[in-house]
Amino acid sequence: GTLCPQWPYCRKRCSYCNFNKYVVPAVDEAAVRACLVQEARTLLRLSQVQSVTSIFFGGGTPSLASPHTIAAVLEAVAGAAHLPAGAEVTLEANPSSASPARLAGFRAAGINRLSIGVQSLDDAELRLLGREHTAAEARGTVEAARGLFPGQTSIDLLFGLPGQSQDAWARGLAAALGLCDDHISLYQLTLERGTTLAAQVWGGNLPAPPQDLLADMYQTARTMLVAAGFRHYEVSNFARKGALSTHNLSYWRAEQYIGVGPGAHGRFVPRGEGGHSREARVQTLEPDAWMREVRSQGHGTRRRVVLSPLEQLEELLALGLRTDEGVTHERWGHFSPQLSLEAVFGEPGEAQDLQQQGWLLLDGGGLRCSARGLALLDSLLPDLLCQLQRR
Amino acid sequence: MALVGRTAMWWARLRSPCPAAAPLCLPPWRPAGLVAGGRLYSSRGKEKLDMSMYPVESIRNFSIIAHVDHGKSTLADRLLEITGTIAKTDCNKQVLDKLQVERERGITVKAQSASLFYNHEGVNYLLNLIDTPGHVDFSYEVSRSLSACQGVILVVDANEGIQAQTVANFYLAFEAQLTIIPVINKIDLKNADPERVEKQIEKLFDISADECVRISAKHGTNVEKVLQKVIEKIPPPQCDTADPLKALVFDSTFDHYRGVIANIALFGGEIQEGHKIVSAHTKKRYEVNEVGILTPNEQPTHKLYAGQVGYVIAGMKEVTEAQIGDTLFFYKQPVEPLPGFKSAKPMVFAGMYPVDQTEYNNLKSALERLTLNDSSVTVHRDSSLALGAGWRLGFLGLLHMEVFNQRLEQEYNMSVILTAPTVPYKAVLSSAKLIKEYGKEEITIINPAQFPDKLSVSEYLEPTVLGTIVTPHEYIGKIIALCQDRRAVQKDMLYMDEHRVMLKYLFPLNEIVVDFYDALKSLSSGYASFDYEDAGYQAADLIKMDILLNGNQVEELATIVHNDKACATGKFICERLKDAIPRQLFEIAIQAAIGKKIIARETLKAYRKNVVAKCYGGDITRRMKLLKRQAEGKKLMRKIGNVEVPRDAFIRVLKRQTDK
Repeated sequence: GTLCPQWPYCRKRCSYCNFNKYVVPAVDEAAVRACLVQEARTLLRLSQVQSVTSIFFGGGTPSLASPHTIAAVLEAVAGAAHLPAGAEVTLEANPSSASPARLAGFRAAGINRLSIGVQSLDDAELRLLGREHTAAEARGTVEAARGLFPGQTSIDLLFGLPGQSQDAWARGLAAALGLCDDHISLYQLTLERGTTLAAQVWGGNLPAPPQDLLADMYQTARTMLVAAGFRHYEVSNFARKGALSTHNLSYWRAEQYIGVGPGAHGRFVPRGEGGHSREARVQTLEPDAWMREVRSQGHGTRRRVVLSPLEQLEELLALGLRTDEGVTHERWGHFSPQLSLEAVFGEPGEAQDLQQQGWLLLDGGGLRCSARGLALLDSLLPDLLCQLQRR
Repeated sequence: MALVGRTAMWWARLRSPCPAAAPLCLPPWRPAGLVAGGRLYSSRGKEKLDMSMYPVESIRNFSIIAHVDHGKSTLADRLLEITGTIAKTDCNKQVLDKLQVERERGITVKAQSASLFYNHEGVNYLLNLIDTPGHVDFSYEVSRSLSACQGVILVVDANEGIQAQTVANFYLAFEAQLTIIPVINKIDLKNADPERVEKQIEKLFDISADECVRISAKHGTNVEKVLQKVIEKIPPPQCDTADPLKALVFDSTFDHYRGVIANIALFGGEIQEGHKIVSAHTKKRYEVNEVGILTPNEQPTHKLYAGQVGYVIAGMKEVTEAQIGDTLFFYKQPVEPLPGFKSAKPMVFAGMYPVDQTEYNNLKSALERLTLNDSSVTVHRDSSLALGAGWRLGFLGLLHMEVFNQRLEQEYNMSVILTAPTVPYKAVLSSAKLIKEYGKEEITIINPAQFPDKLSVSEYLEPTVLGTIVTPHEYIGKIIALCQDRRAVQKDMLYMDEHRVMLKYLFPLNEIVVDFYDALKSLSSGYASFDYEDAGYQAADLIKMDILLNGNQVEELATIVHNDKACATGKFICERLKDAIPRQLFEIAIQAAIGKKIIARETLKAYRKNVVAKCYGGDITRRMKLLKRQAEGKKLMRKIGNVEVPRDAFIRVLKRQTDK
């Protein structure tokens, strides 16, 4: 199993982000730390997970937390379950809260991988996104991080910004390639309801990027990165020299994960209380309410829903097909010991049609998208779900 | 009012239960506070009226005809009040318009009748008012009503003057050789110009200005003068009670409890409960259960006599048994049947489908019940690959179609999909094989799917109408251009006075069926009026246009179009379809084709990227919900070749253009 602790606070709201995050004048860090520690212990006990294979500190802006808090959570995990020495422990970091000294502190606390929210190497674009840092600051952070976490530093970039041209994107990506380590995440900007940026675009004050341009940008990026030796191992993720994020891979493989902290999501079987079914769990969103619940009952789980076998398979498809390995026979068999992948998708039907059209592949490796099918996964999935539901 | 008092006294004399101390007591069938429009059965069990005191000489049968909104229903309300038929209150509005749709739209759809009692110069008169629908779509109802009359009141608005429908209605009455009493209404309005209207009446109808009565139906001004004119000018019916029974069925309604109620006009003899009667049309025998007059609700009487108008209930179970225009006579005393009517001819056809196929049976029974009371709607079963099982209905016109649809919704709570309306085309077959198959040479095509190929046809025909447009002269240029665009041919142009022009055009029906009236109204700021009458068929260069998606034909979008209009129509449908179909994994060519020739094309580009960028463990619950909803949606899609088309895409394309 894996663990995903959430640090829910940010210093500033970015114009595109609709995550569960809170901008408050002062954070009672000791209280939040105590609650993260307590909830991690409770949920690990509940899940009976023996070995925690990876941890990912997300948020909010977890690099705003002190290394001490990170260390406390890691100690709690190590105390409640086995945490192997080589386990991947990632921290999401913003250039504005990741000075070399803080990064060194995080490393000393047990962090061994960094995911830096660079987003862009153009100051005008950074301003549009409402980021606190400049391109130069981002460069400095990445360089320092590479020194401290060699081969284990990832950067995030956004494309498809309002007004961004294909050329500007290609130039930005080339600059990023000169800067980066062995892992890059490229996200097409999604306009989320309730964000400033979406309001500006929908209100007509900023241009909406044309569909075809977005597709071209994605294609260009893939070509450039593959040429630079990267493996396109998930819709938005690229790695070379085997630097794949094992934590994220376990999400896409639909392994068990335990969400800790306000608004965190989890998927696990609560064996500790005699459960046998995988559950979808969500922790209370608002930090203060969450803390009260953790203090009173040991955890802040707000919602838990038992997933039916069909729903589990649906999630496995929707997640697994995002990766280049796809849904392997082994993972499918884990959720569906009786009905094989071939039995469901090898028969005449939607999957076969999609295979013939070159969007999909079903072979000894499992079920996966072709390179061009991957970009259209959201059109393939409804068909595949239809076929699955008929079985 | 003295006269009201007199009438009421007369009622008091006739109806013994009324205490003499209450001279203004109401007629016995009318409870105090009667809500206008409600169908009442309060008459049942009450004493029957004796109609023998109204000999033929004291009977007048008449209609009111007018252009829409010129005040026909208001005048009828006043006549009913003055004669004491209904109580005089402020809420008598469109008393004869019983349907919700009639009241909402302010139009009359279904003809109604009312018997009025009026004392004039010491003589008690029976005045039968037969209300008529005011819209062109319902002109068959007008002519049907006129057949029971000897005269009409022609109402013209003092401000608007003669309008297209005034002309049409005048000629209906004129050709039926009825006495015409011109009435200029709304003289109370600020812009009223009765002199101008009188001049128009003189010029167009050749009726002297002295003959016109100036009234305000709203305020009741001079309305009694109208009643007096009715008595003085309109002749009594020419018939004799001593003759054998001869009753014309001029309308019928269906009542769930009592079966068919046939409205009849007696052209001879008398009729009463227990009489054995025969339908000249079906030769079926019936026994009369009840006769009576309409006031406007049914009021039983002992008998009905020659010249009178009323209703008969005789155990007819289906409306088709009471064929409009049929003659009823005594068993063993057959008479020469009265000339019947041409049955109402559908001018507009449209497919009707339940929104949800599980509603099919409910819709079927609603349709059956509604058509019982509206026999002018023709119903044929039909089915469409996209819309499922349904019907192809024939209507008298577009308003009729809308009214029918509205009644389905209001009276039967049914929600339906109505396809684009088409007109009944014809084809003269040349192929011996097809002639044998159809059993005739000339066939009518009401569904484009049945359009026969040009090779087996010697000539296609399209229905035409003679349209009358009345307009202030400043709009003439625009109107002529509009008519030319609609392939119309000018037949006549007449200045009614310095400001108003009457134009006559021969139109192909399909050119006016959908949006002509709206276009005319909008380019004349609402001042031009329009009416039309059937003008037979003309040869036309018709073709069937197919719509293709990636080369596969979309059966439900096939249309019959005139060659000249094919490109424009094809382009329009392709554009609409492009907006209605979501992008898919591949490019979609949307084409309009005549045979093998493509005349319009739109291209719907393929999706190139739609995968969501960020998907981690986080909240995939919401994403899964969305995907599952899309999967559900897929099951409802109609597949044409590879192309998935949402059902509502067809509805959006098939719906009338004005509903955009």
